[in-house]
Amino acid sequence: MLNTSPVLEFKSSTFFAPILILCSHDLVAIEEALQEKIRLAPEFFRDSPLIIDFRELNKLHLDLDFAQIVQLLRRVGFFPVGIRGGNELQNKQARELWIPIDTVRELGGTITIGETAKPEPSQPAAPQPAAVAPREPQPSIAPPAAPAPATLITHPIRSGQRIYATGDLIIMSQVSAGAEIMAEGNIHVYNTLRGRALAGVHGNTDARIFCFDLQAELISIAGDYKTSEDLNKQKYTHPVQIYLQNHALIIKEIA
Amino acid sequence: MARIIVVTSGKGGVGKTTTSAAIAMGLAKKGHKTAVIDFDVGLRNLDLILGCERRVVYDFINVINGEASLNQALIRDKNCNQLYILPASQTRDKDALSLEGVGKVLDELSKDFDYIVCDSPAGIEKGANLAMYYADDAFVVTNPEISSVRDSDRMLGILSSKSRRAEKSEEPIKEYLLLTRYDADRVKSGEMLGLDDVQEILSLELLGIIPESKSVLSASNAGIPVILDEKSEAGQAYADVVDRYLGETRPHRFIDPKKGFLSRLFGGRK
Ligand SMILES: Nc1ncnc2c1ncn2[C@@H]1O[C@H](COP(=O)(O)OP(=O)(O)OP(=O)(O)O)[C@@H](O)[C@H]1O
Ligand SMILES: [Mg+2]
Repeated sequence: MLNTSPVLEFKSSTFFAPILILCSHDLVAIEEALQEKIRLAPEFFRDSPLIIDFRELNKLHLDLDFAQIVQLLRRVGFFPVGIRGGNELQNKQARELWIPIDTVRELGGTITIGETAKPEPSQPAAPQPAAVAPREPQPSIAPPAAPAPATLITHPIRSGQRIYATGDLIIMSQVSAGAEIMAEGNIHVYNTLRGRALAGVHGNTDARIFCFDLQAELISIAGDYKTSEDLNKQKYTHPVQIYLQNHALIIKEIA
Repeated sequence: MARIIVVTSGKGGVGKTTTSAAIAMGLAKKGHKTAVIDFDVGLRNLDLILGCERRVVYDFINVINGEASLNQALIRDKNCNQLYILPASQTRDKDALSLEGVGKVLDELSKDFDYIVCDSPAGIEKGANLAMYYADDAFVVTNPEISSVRDSDRMLGILSSKSRRAEKSEEPIKEYLLLTRYDADRVKSGEMLGLDDVQEILSLELLGIIPESKSVLSASNAGIPVILDEKSEAGQAYADVVDRYLGETRPHRFIDPKKGFLSRLFGGRK
């Protein structure tokens, strides 16, 4: 009998991976800055693929050994999957490590997480050692996708658990300290929020967080965040909503 | 088909083994054929608490490796002929346990036991994960202190995502709270968390509160599960736990501090 089922199949699809823009060649400082980022959203960064962007670095004429930075990234838990803006030597080293070069250009606009941490031109201080890519929303590149459906969860989110929703995230139960909930859209928690909540994780600055009882360890919208240290300064006795205004998180009680 | 219960906690030394021995004995005393398995490979505690340490010939690992049959390894309890113990190995390390191996043993036991109680080691590593993987019910043993509550919360997350039931998208493991080493006086003085504080974080079905009691230590020294000490509060509390688990209604006791000796003589129930 003739077997007509194919051995393999190619599909085209879009993936998201953060871009790491390097602005310093100080490996120690880079590692420290990365650890700080990871500490804020450990589950989000764990085993994350990563594209390394050398443009800033090369503009500043800072030398950095590609093999060394890859080693560092792997050590802290990333999987480098691409390089862009590398010089000849860096590209050669990338190829030796089987890491693709500049192939991710066309996705650039959509691959974003984190906050803008590029050194501002007016700042005389040394450039930030490492910054996660700034948001560059480029609707022309992203396909006009239908809005992702909301994710509804009715059970408690326990410490160590992580929930990721491509649209809005609605949680009817409690979110424990040590849990992490993330959504590309809004987050609603109809109970106590003790863990970390990150809304608009792909850069949607219009995303909001709503919750019944705010006792969070961290809240973030489109990469701008507040930790429990800031949050504990005020006690909220009512349900609150959190939104972004000029890169500042506003927390307002819903009376 | 047996019902598989895991006694778990995350944090160590909270009373898992004490609880495993007590409830296994309690279920067996009620006429249910019960096996209790020590998953704490390398430490071996359960056989001491059940007073059968001198009768251990083969262990759990021997059965997994096919070096002994289940019948050879199971030890029948001296106080109750419906209770069997499968001891842990003291000489191997945790890597000797495998998911398939554990599954095979549980399958075989399931054929002629009513309940299988798995005494989990502390931590959230391999041993604890294997102990809970096949469970139907989880007794989450928690002490009234914040680190224990946090660890229980973490364990609950693992129960709901890394168990067989979760992986097969079956009905989730039924989770129960067992608040142990509860010292009503220290709760009242604010040194320890109260039931409400614990439940605010865990919000689980409460199976029982086991008071801190000297009888636990004397029972384990004697190699007799504390549930058989019917005079002790801890023993009574464990008996209530078994009854509640089997579907009976028992009011919760031992939540409030004891009154003075006079009111105990003349006073009502409380
Ligand atoms: N209700 C109680 N009152 C007093 N002491 C208790 C009580 N429950 C347990 N203990 C004591 O606490 C200690 C630890 O108990 P046990 O061995 O059952 O804990 P465990 O959770 O199994 O520990 P591990 O994590 O090491 O396996 C023992 O000394 C035991 O006697
Ligand atoms: Mg133990």
